[in-house]
Order: sequence, then C-alpha cells, then structure tokens
Amino acid sequence: MAEVKIIGLEKRYGAFHAVRGIDLHIPDGEFTVLVGPSGCGKSTLLRTIAGLEDASAGTIEIGGEVVNDFRPRDRDVAMVFQDYALYPHMKVADNIGFGLKARKMPKAEIEKRVGEAAKMLDITQLLNRLPRQLSGGQRQRVAIGRAIVRNPRVFLFDEPLSNLDAQLRDEMRSEIKRLHQSLATTMIYVTHDQIEAMTLADRIVLMRDGLIEQQGAPLDLFERPANTFVAGFLGSPKISFLSGRLVRQGGADGVAVGDSVLPLPPQRLASSASDGQPIVLGLRPEHLSRATGPTPPPGSARYEAVVDLIQPTGSRSYASFQIAGAPVVAELQAHDVSRPGERIAVDVNMKRASIFDAGTQRAI
Amino acid sequence: MAVRAARRPRRRSIPVARILLLGFFLIFVLFPLYWILNTSIKPSDDYLAVPPVWWPEHPTLVHYEAALFAYRGLDGLVNSIIVSVSATILSALLGTLMAYSLARYNTGGRHLSFWVLSQRFLPPIGIVLPVFLIYRSVGIYDTRFGLIIAYTVFTLPVSVWMMFAYFRQMPKSMEEAALVDGCTRWQAFWRVAVPLAAPGIVAAAVFAFIACWTEFFFALLLTSRTAFTLPTVFRAFIGFQGAQYGEAAALAIVSLVPSIALGVLAQKHLVRGLTLGAVRG
Repeated sequence: MAEVKIIGLEKRYGAFHAVRGIDLHIPDGEFTVLVGPSGCGKSTLLRTIAGLEDASAGTIEIGGEVVNDFRPRDRDVAMVFQDYALYPHMKVADNIGFGLKARKMPKAEIEKRVGEAAKMLDITQLLNRLPRQLSGGQRQRVAIGRAIVRNPRVFLFDEPLSNLDAQLRDEMRSEIKRLHQSLATTMIYVTHDQIEAMTLADRIVLMRDGLIEQQGAPLDLFERPANTFVAGFLGSPKISFLSGRLVRQGGADGVAVGDSVLPLPPQRLASSASDGQPIVLGLRPEHLSRATGPTPPPGSARYEAVVDLIQPTGSRSYASFQIAGAPVVAELQAHDVSRPGERIAVDVNMKRASIFDAGTQRAI
Repeated sequence: MAVRAARRPRRRSIPVARILLLGFFLIFVLFPLYWILNTSIKPSDDYLAVPPVWWPEHPTLVHYEAALFAYRGLDGLVNSIIVSVSATILSALLGTLMAYSLARYNTGGRHLSFWVLSQRFLPPIGIVLPVFLIYRSVGIYDTRFGLIIAYTVFTLPVSVWMMFAYFRQMPKSMEEAALVDGCTRWQAFWRVAVPLAAPGIVAAAVFAFIACWTEFFFALLLTSRTAFTLPTVFRAFIGFQGAQYGEAAALAIVSLVPSIALGVLAQKHLVRGLTLGAVRG
C-alpha cells in the first residue's frame, strides 16, 4: 500500500528519447491506467517504476521513499508481464511461491500463502501442473497469483491481457477489477486498448511520444478531451471530426460546417474565441440521436442526412452518413433506421460536442 | 475394398523407397564400424586375406590386451577422460557466464562477441611453437593441467558463441519477473536463466567434449610420456614393423565407447527445448 510519485522522469536509449519528462502522482490504492499508441513510452515508464530500466533523469517515489537506486527486488512491487513470464521449469505452486522462497520465507508460510492466492484465483487444482500444461487464461491467472501472493505495495501490469482471445479478455478484465476492489492496493496498468483503459481505470493517463497528453477520470477524458488526439484515441466507434468556423454574431454563437450553421448553447465559448476562427468540431456517435418532435431540444441542432451504412450491434445501431462532406457516425436505437439510403433527421447535441482550435488542436 | 485397392500403390511405393534409402545410408555409416570391430578381433593373418574374412573363426582379444597395456592405451584413456571432462566442464561454465554477459549486458558492444569467435580463425599451427615454449618454461609441459588449460581455451569460442545465440533467443521477461519477484541478478541467472538454457548448455558441452576427445595435434606437441591422450597412442601402431591393424582397431573401438555413451545420454537434452510452448498462450 503506497502512493507513487514521479517527478520529471526521463528515459533515453542513446539518441532515442522514450520518456520525455513525466510528472505523475498516483494516490494510494488508485487504479491508474497508462494508455497510448505503441511507442508512446507507457511500457518504458512502467518498467522504470519496476526498476527494470534506470531513469535517465527525474525521481520515482514509492511510499514516500525515493527508489531510483533501489534494485527491483527492494522496491516491493509486483509485476505481471504480457507474455506471463512464468518459469517453465517450475510447477504452478513453485511459480507462485518463487518470490517468497527467494525472500527466505519459512516453507509452511509459503504453502499457506500460495494456497490462499490459488483459492482466490480459482487455480487450486492446477498447483501441481507445469506452465506448458495450462491454457493462456490459466497462465495469466498464475502470473497474477505470483503477484498477489507477495502482498506488494504496488502492482504493475504490462499489457497483461493482450495475448488472450476476446472472450477471455473480458472475463479477466472484470476479474482484475474485482481484485483491485478487494485488495485496494495501488495498481498501475499499461495497455494500448482504450476499452480496457476506460473500464478499469480510476484514472487514465493518456500518453503520446513520451509525454502525458491528458490525465483524469475516464469519463472526464471522454467528455472533455484536452485535444483532438485524446478525443480520437478514446471511444469506439471513433469520434468524427468536422472542419468548420466559429460564428459569433450578436448574442448567438454557432459553428459553421459546410453550408449549415449549428447553433451553440450560450456561454459555451470563452470570450477570447473570435468570429470566423477555424475550428475542428468533434462529434461522438452518442452525441447524435434520431430527431423527435417538430423542433430540436435546446442546445441541439437538427440535421438531415442520407444513411450510407448501418452496423447493428443488437440494442443499438451505428449509422454512417456525411455532414458537409465529412463522415459521421451516429449511435441510434436499433429500430430508428432500417436500410441504407434512408433519409433521416438527426439531432446533434451541441452541449456535449467538443470544439478544438484548428491550429493548435487544443480544446476551446 | 475399393478404397483399399486405390490406396495400395501409394502406401507401398513410399516405404520401399524409404527403406532402400535408409538401408543404403545405414550400410554407409555402419560398415566401417563393423569392419573396425571385425579387425579388432581377427588374428593377425586375417587382416588382408583374400577373399576377406567377414567374421573370424576364432575371435581373439589379444589386440585389446596389447593396445591397452603394451602400448599404454589404458593410460591414454584415463588421461583423455580426465582432460576432456575437465576442459568440457570449464568450457561450459565459463562459456555460459561469458555468453550471458554478452547477450544480456551487451558487454563489449558488437565487437567483443565477434572477437571471441574470431579466435577460431587462427590456424592452430601458428601458435603451437610459442605455446610449447611457454609451457616448457612455466613447467606445465606434459601435464594434464596444461592440456586442460589449452583445451578450455580452444573450445571456449564455440561454447560462447553457441550459448550466446541461445541466450539471445530466450525471452528476457522470465528473468525480469524473477528480479521483481525478489531475486538478485545472480539468483535470477542461476535459478531461472541457467535451467532454461540447459539444452543449449548441454549441446555446447557435447561439442566441446567431442573436440577435446578427438584432438591430436596439441596433445602430440604438449605431452610426452605422462599426460599423453588416447589419440596420440595411435601413432605407435604404424612403425618399422608395419601397421598394427588389430591394435589400432581395438583402441578405436575403446575410444568410441565414451562418445557413444555421451551421445545417448545427451540426446534427450539436445532435442528437447524446455521453453517450448511455455511462454505464449
């Protein structure tokens, strides 16, 4: 149980600058997910926290102690690897108990702890097997068991689910979340999968090119992305971006996209925003809905479009169409739309839509 | 019935070709061995008899007795075993440590590992004179110790190179897991890396042993009446009296035994890869 504080952390491999100055404060017991495209430095950051890589600059504190010069074994962290990294020559029980044995814990105590961990993960019946006799999901459970048996201050997960098939991944994801709820230990979890990040995290840290783009609660990042990169990374189907201009005439603000002007709710724009400023409008599928009633609800704009593609998911259907030449996806009720080519009216919820400056790509 | 008839030509043609090929190969490999064994138990008059004697009427062990005792083959055998086993163990031990360092710490950059291998480019004859003189002045000429040192040095490059390749293809994450789990670097090496590299270590050791066991040139020049090895004993069988075919064959059979035993013992390790299927789902 410990908080983790990272101050000005940098990591270079020769000329390559993998982590370029990260400040991060992870409170005790929080589930933090580091997410970003491959090569963004998230795994390097995690490995530096574990002590498997040395920091080129900056400090890492665990539980109020600067651990930069600590060996991995002395940092009291446990790590779950993407390829499980089970010891192939040891039985499951020995795999789980290995860390305790290396720390010279009495045999009886090791057995007791291994038994408890195995019970918690429902792998008691596998304790006498070798890793190669296990399925992928079972191996991942063993790897997690090896971490929890040590009762470490911090858990580190390095893309632990990416080698599993989709169904198993969902299952293990909920299991990891449940584990965090019962253990309440600080967990730092690396993934490139935004759904994993959204579902697991107390806090998401979104990285790109060795820097943090934005951090915060999953819904905050989702609803109020700081820039187009964050907006585009989170959400499935992806957010649609439309180029346009701000319209500020008299008291009424709006966004001009193509020929039409979508009105903005009052006070949506800061006073510094100017008329005619080029912007990017970000519309998520759930910002659009099938129009009902004669006029759009307050804060919404009505738009007519011809649907060119429908992707039903059961409860919902994703309808694709174009607004001013740009592709847009709307999440509609399953029966709102029946066939491609249909002309429908959609309401765009401008209260939730994101607006970014076209030059800086930052939110307005 | 129809199905069976249709299948028959395919089923028959393949095994016939295969058996013929295998049979030919077996004769090619085993005939010389048979002939050596045959010669080693023939009375001297039968060596060059025409037509050849395919199996002696009165097999005899007299050549074995002469080769092992009169020609001191037994002493050579004991020396060979001591020298080869020691050099093999040293070579495997040092080679494993060195290869691990090269593979995991990139010791010496790109060039050190290649330099190690480049030691094999040197023709041995180029260094044999200085080595001989050094051995004489240091006082390890004609000692087992001296030969062990020489053989360790000669087999090390190949051991290192084999182990280097093996460690490089081994995923790092298991050792990293061990480090985070509570091991020191040494413990992670001995408890995780070495057991996983066992097939590679055994393979490298077998190669080193074979190289030591069959080495002739340095044994000839660095030993004389005390530390001589089995291969050097064979010299004595060609002399002014003519060739001692029976004794040579007998000693050849004796020298084959440890090699074959080693091959049988190590085969399991050579073939089996411990990490196979253990890493990925």
